[in-house]
Amino acid sequence: MHNSGISIWFFIGVLLTIYGAMILGYGVFELITHTTANVVLANLHAPVWWGAIMLALGLFYGVRFRPGHED
Amino acid sequence: MLGLVPTAFAAQGLHSAIAAALAFSAPSLAHLSTLDIAVIAIYFVMVIWIGFYLKSKANTSEEFFMAGREMTAWIAGLSFVSANLGSLELMGWAGSAYQYGILAAHWYWIGAIPAMLFLGMVMMPFYYVCKTHSVPGYLKLRFGEGSSIVAAFSFAFMTVLMSGVNMFAMAEVMKVVLGWDLSFSIIVSSLAVAAYVALGGLRSAIFNEVLQFVLIWGGALLVPILGLIETGGWNGLKARIAHNIATGVVAPGDYTHMWRSMGHFADNPMGIHWTGIVFGLGFAISFGYWTTDFLVVQRVLAANSLRSARMAPVIGSFFKMAVPFIVILPGLLGLVVLQNANGSHMQLVGENVVKDCARLSSGTGLATPSVCSADLATTSVLPETQKAVLSGTGDVQLHSYNEVLPLMLVRYCSPGLLGLGITALIAGFMSGMAGNVSAFSAVWTYDIYRPLINRKASDEHYVAIGRWATILGVVISIGAAYMVMNAAGIMDYVQALFSFFISPLLGAVLMGMFWKRATKAGGFWGLLIGTLTSIGLWAWVKADPHALRYVALSPDAKDMAENMYRALWSVSVCVIVIFVVSMFGKARPVEELNGLVYGATKLPEEEPVPFYKNEYFWLVIAIVFFLALNIYFW
Repeated sequence: MHNSGISIWFFIGVLLTIYGAMILGYGVFELITHTTANVVLANLHAPVWWGAIMLALGLFYGVRFRPGHED
Repeated sequence: MLGLVPTAFAAQGLHSAIAAALAFSAPSLAHLSTLDIAVIAIYFVMVIWIGFYLKSKANTSEEFFMAGREMTAWIAGLSFVSANLGSLELMGWAGSAYQYGILAAHWYWIGAIPAMLFLGMVMMPFYYVCKTHSVPGYLKLRFGEGSSIVAAFSFAFMTVLMSGVNMFAMAEVMKVVLGWDLSFSIIVSSLAVAAYVALGGLRSAIFNEVLQFVLIWGGALLVPILGLIETGGWNGLKARIAHNIATGVVAPGDYTHMWRSMGHFADNPMGIHWTGIVFGLGFAISFGYWTTDFLVVQRVLAANSLRSARMAPVIGSFFKMAVPFIVILPGLLGLVVLQNANGSHMQLVGENVVKDCARLSSGTGLATPSVCSADLATTSVLPETQKAVLSGTGDVQLHSYNEVLPLMLVRYCSPGLLGLGITALIAGFMSGMAGNVSAFSAVWTYDIYRPLINRKASDEHYVAIGRWATILGVVISIGAAYMVMNAAGIMDYVQALFSFFISPLLGAVLMGMFWKRATKAGGFWGLLIGTLTSIGLWAWVKADPHALRYVALSPDAKDMAENMYRALWSVSVCVIVIFVVSMFGKARPVEELNGLVYGATKLPEEEPVPFYKNEYFWLVIAIVFFLALNIYFW
């Protein structure tokens, strides 16, 4: 897939990075302001760790498969 | 910071404006924050971007219909599974798990894995070596144009109906979860699919399917993780289900074992015997679907080598085995964690009960209280809950089995994560629909338009026809969605469609691929009579429900069992007719069967690779996993 332009893994990396940043950002906002959404297990702060995982994966794929980068 | 606030405190600016514009007036389970809407909007921007980016790479028919045959095993494998992972899958089987327990996982394990592995290791070489563009195309090479056209028309018909069902399921999700208007959901999502598939062809569909696969996991995986934390793990979940059964909150049954209650039709809530699961589901339906449904086979045909084409279904099988974690497990968790607004245990019911117990538009009192009362009496809903429902007021609102997954999303997902979960459902719908329309486009162009309407057009002409066929497929799907809105049960409907067309096709492809003696006439008549048998049996049971005891071999059989046995009958009739007719005809010379039939084909030698890249190594691992799962949940 690298020979035919942008890899699908790059698109996935971009989307995960954006989503991860948004969700992590919201989770951090919750932590700082001590406001929590009205959901079960809100005390586990899922947006923080789930957003961080998505962001890390997104950055990995976005950088690893960036256009012009040959493996 | 507008979007970074909890749902309950969300500022109403942009969201209100959009909501008003879209007439979100129906009652809904959840309210999206601006952050959630942004997550969904970004997804749509991304898929359209991919479509436009890939437009320049879909100029020839090989590029448009076969993605240039450049896909790696991983991409083909993920796309292969994702095309099947529609919103129907996610919602329907989560609801079935709530209703029937872990029995629903049969559709993911024995109902998929053996067939996927058989496709990769045994059948794929023939599909790949003969360079066909479609499954009807293989039939044309093997049995001639008659069989191919029967298969092409039945596939095209089934595909757009399936697409319509998927579309309807997605619109229902949006209506229930968000209160969105059905037509709005249908039009927006189908326009997006039409745009990216018509622009970039199969490559665009595959790219988006892989993207959607990641999103589905990213959006849905959190629910079982948090659910298991809440219930204390798998053992805690089992204990709480047992407790709920003992206290009458959950209907009696074995919800956590797959095979123990399969000894007799009457012993399990699905009304199925293990022979129906093994031979009907495990062979007739699943082999038919996974090895001859062009929707999924097309993804593997786009692989960049024979080894990739064989590896793709093997890779896909691992992910397929894992899907129950995000589909079946949330359904089981719903049995113990869902609560009504007043804190009582929430009990889900069939869609007919929800409709019959709908409140008056004034919000107080029921439209048909006597019908509702009669319906509730047939369920396991607790007396106090029934009373609250019949009063037509208060905090108890009935929800259907199919709503279990959205209810679980709402339970655990805060802003952003809820948008991600909703995006996963939309992505599931779009991947299923894109799969259907891209396959429809290829079959329409190659197997209907070219042989019957215009045999000698230029390559550019066929690409243009493919693009228009994509749009036509979407338009017909929209029509089908409105048609099936009144269908009784979505899953039963789909199962019925499978057995109409897919099972006889399996008989024809297997006989064509593994029996050199099978003739052109045998293939045609086998396929036709097998299909008519399936439709005839279905009509017989519809006209006379007592016929079920003959079709499904037991008076205790239920709809699911009927579908499985009907599939088995139709594939059997197809095989017998092909055999009998072929014995009276003249077989084709063996040299004409090269690349088409086992025993008459010399497969290309493959370069040796390290064991960890070898398809047989991963085949063995997949079989071990498959057996271990069935034994663990026996």
